[in-house]
Amino acid sequence: MINRSVVAGFGGQGVMMIGKMLCYASLDHGKHALFLPSYGTEQRGGTANCTVILSDEEIGSPMTAHIDTLIAMNEPSLKKFQGMVKPGGTVYINSSLVKPEDVREDVVCTAIPVDDLAHELGSTKVANIIMLSAYAAGTGMFTKEEVTETVLHKLASKPQFLEMNRKAVETGFEHAK
Amino acid sequence: MAKQFMKGTEAIAEAAVRGGCRFFAGYPITPQNEIPEYMSRRLPEVGGVFVQGESEVSSVSMLFGAAAVGTRCMTSSSSPGMSLKSEGVSALAAGQLPAVIVNVSRGGPGVGSIQAAQMDYFQVTRAMGHGGHRLIVYAPSTVQEAVDLTYKAFEKADEYQAPMLVCPDGSIGAMMEAVELPPFRDAERKRLTTYASQCINPDKLIISTFHYTAEHSEGFNRLLEEMYEGWKQNEVMVEEYETEDAEVVVCAYGIVGRVAKDAVKQLRAEGIKAGLIRPITLFPFCTKSFEKLDYGKLKGILVAELSIPAQMIEDVELATKGRVPLESLTHSGGRFIITEEVYDRLKAMALGNTKEVK
Amino acid sequence: MELLYTRPKTLIKPGSYYCPGCLHALAGKLIAEVIQEMGVQDDTLLIASVGCGGMFKRILDVDCASATHGRAAAAATGACRCAPEKLVFTYQGDGDLAAIGLAETLNAANRGENFVAILINNSTYGMTGGQMAPTTMIGQASTTTPGGRQAEREGYPMHMCEIIDQLTAPRFIARYSLDKPAEIRKAKAGIRHAFDIQRAHKGYSFVELMSNCPTNWGLSPLQSLEFMREKTLKEFPLGVFRDLEKEETL
Repeated sequence: MINRSVVAGFGGQGVMMIGKMLCYASLDHGKHALFLPSYGTEQRGGTANCTVILSDEEIGSPMTAHIDTLIAMNEPSLKKFQGMVKPGGTVYINSSLVKPEDVREDVVCTAIPVDDLAHELGSTKVANIIMLSAYAAGTGMFTKEEVTETVLHKLASKPQFLEMNRKAVETGFEHAK
Repeated sequence: MAKQFMKGTEAIAEAAVRGGCRFFAGYPITPQNEIPEYMSRRLPEVGGVFVQGESEVSSVSMLFGAAAVGTRCMTSSSSPGMSLKSEGVSALAAGQLPAVIVNVSRGGPGVGSIQAAQMDYFQVTRAMGHGGHRLIVYAPSTVQEAVDLTYKAFEKADEYQAPMLVCPDGSIGAMMEAVELPPFRDAERKRLTTYASQCINPDKLIISTFHYTAEHSEGFNRLLEEMYEGWKQNEVMVEEYETEDAEVVVCAYGIVGRVAKDAVKQLRAEGIKAGLIRPITLFPFCTKSFEKLDYGKLKGILVAELSIPAQMIEDVELATKGRVPLESLTHSGGRFIITEEVYDRLKAMALGNTKEVK
Repeated sequence: MELLYTRPKTLIKPGSYYCPGCLHALAGKLIAEVIQEMGVQDDTLLIASVGCGGMFKRILDVDCASATHGRAAAAATGACRCAPEKLVFTYQGDGDLAAIGLAETLNAANRGENFVAILINNSTYGMTGGQMAPTTMIGQASTTTPGGRQAEREGYPMHMCEIIDQLTAPRFIARYSLDKPAEIRKAKAGIRHAFDIQRAHKGYSFVELMSNCPTNWGLSPLQSLEFMREKTLKEFPLGVFRDLEKEETL
């Protein structure tokens, strides 16, 4: 199995972290992973996006016309990248900012209001954790325990957010269903 | 040792440290800044030295001094910075000094684009600087290969007492993949021996890029010529994939080689006899790989590179000597060549819809 | 018989490749003597340069890395950082150090690199045939200022000791002249002092030696010394601009 994704949003939404965390989860659990960020001249603001490839096999080309999954954290990202999604592919949207009706009809749309859910958990900063957990659940690539393990391990330097991150993973898994 | 998930630039830096690099000098330029940043943290941990140079020219000249006292050393930059470094690279070659140069290449000419590209092919494969010197030029297509080739570049720099170049494009530099890091080599300083010592003061170590007599000057250039001819025999690295019976072949290096390989696999799965030649050393070039092709069957070669105008195609022309039509697939300055494009072009070529370039 | 003077063993026979009357050769002898007196011949790394300074590797019997034009300070940086046990010094002309190598010179000085920079100031590019240097005097003819250097067109002579004296890191900055015995003795003492600072790993020293170029000035050796006294030594005042060693001991 191979899953090619683009994760995109505003700078500051933790887009790169979603991509990297999915890669870490893959590597922690015996899969291959490739992370390719786009970079620009701006230091802050603007849009951010990255390509993430998770695979059971060794990864060949990172540059293809089509992707299996798009994670759109804001509206410009949906507009820019949804054309790349294969018919029948999946688009995860942050429905706090993106309208589900804007998503193409020939793809599966998983709409999760991650900003609102994160706010309820105590910090909008965990919106990205909720989103990557929803992706993990939706693709069936990782169990909740696997994602929790990776997330808590990688974010171990911030123990004060440990409980919030654990809840964010749970929230993501619940809403992906 | 467990694999580590690393960014290309940082993996190159760590491979250098493990390859014995104990001196790094560099100047900020996108997209390679993680290399000096990593080295500024890492080298002091292993007793090495990092210096941020006041310029590209100065940084590479610092290597001249570091290498002269036998320290393994490296500098890195990106395309516009390589033009500035060219003076110093020529001096390293002339001074018989081992050093590793990394060019995380971007678009050009001029300041060009900060996005990944492969537009320095002529510059790196012919002569970085004046005087016709050459470098072994390593072009990795994965982060693991970037690690392995950087490590190897240090070995070859020592072996030939000459500068070596590692030339990933910006996408390999920015990409993160799992890598297995090589073991630590010894990092002892070594005393060099040079041709200039023999000419000027045999009792002492003399590093000189200048020779005072015509006899010495020609003698030294003959020495370099012999070394470069030896590289052509012994240092060529290439990946040949499904080329034995190929009817269509794509030639591509670095990230594009990897993109093209997937296209070849897809075509083979459909019964189309496609093949890949991926030069791993850009110089010396894999001319012999083109000798092995079956020109009775071969319909065409597609040369795919992130450069407008195409550059590597000239080496393919030299290697194929007009025996087969060549086609060119190019993008540059941030747009990538994607698998589907290579697939479509090779398929059209295989089905006879080929249009000859030139 | 008592031996009063002998040729230092740190000088290569047959000796100078410089023009008759050129003070480069004298500078070479002074440095050779200092290296011999310090007993560091085998630990010395000369960073030579391009121009007449480049020929130094043919007269001093020490290890040498001969840098490209203007890059001696950068090469010395790499060498002294990696080989702290070595006596590292550069030997550069004014064109090399103050024109094409100004960025390298000032930034190495500003970092307080542990080497000695020796500048030979003879107000011209010698080896290339007498073109204008940053140190050429106002009114002085050169092959690129045939009617003499004009301030409004070419600017003024650059005073490197004074410029480097603006930086915080350098330990010792001094200008000496090689035109007469008393000054030559001071110059040798200054070179020794700078080398001692380097051996003690205390940082950067800058020693400027006022010199001549009879060939390109179009003067006899003796006339060239007169020209120095009447012209260049008036433009470039001699003396110790900074000596942090002395200040610390006071």
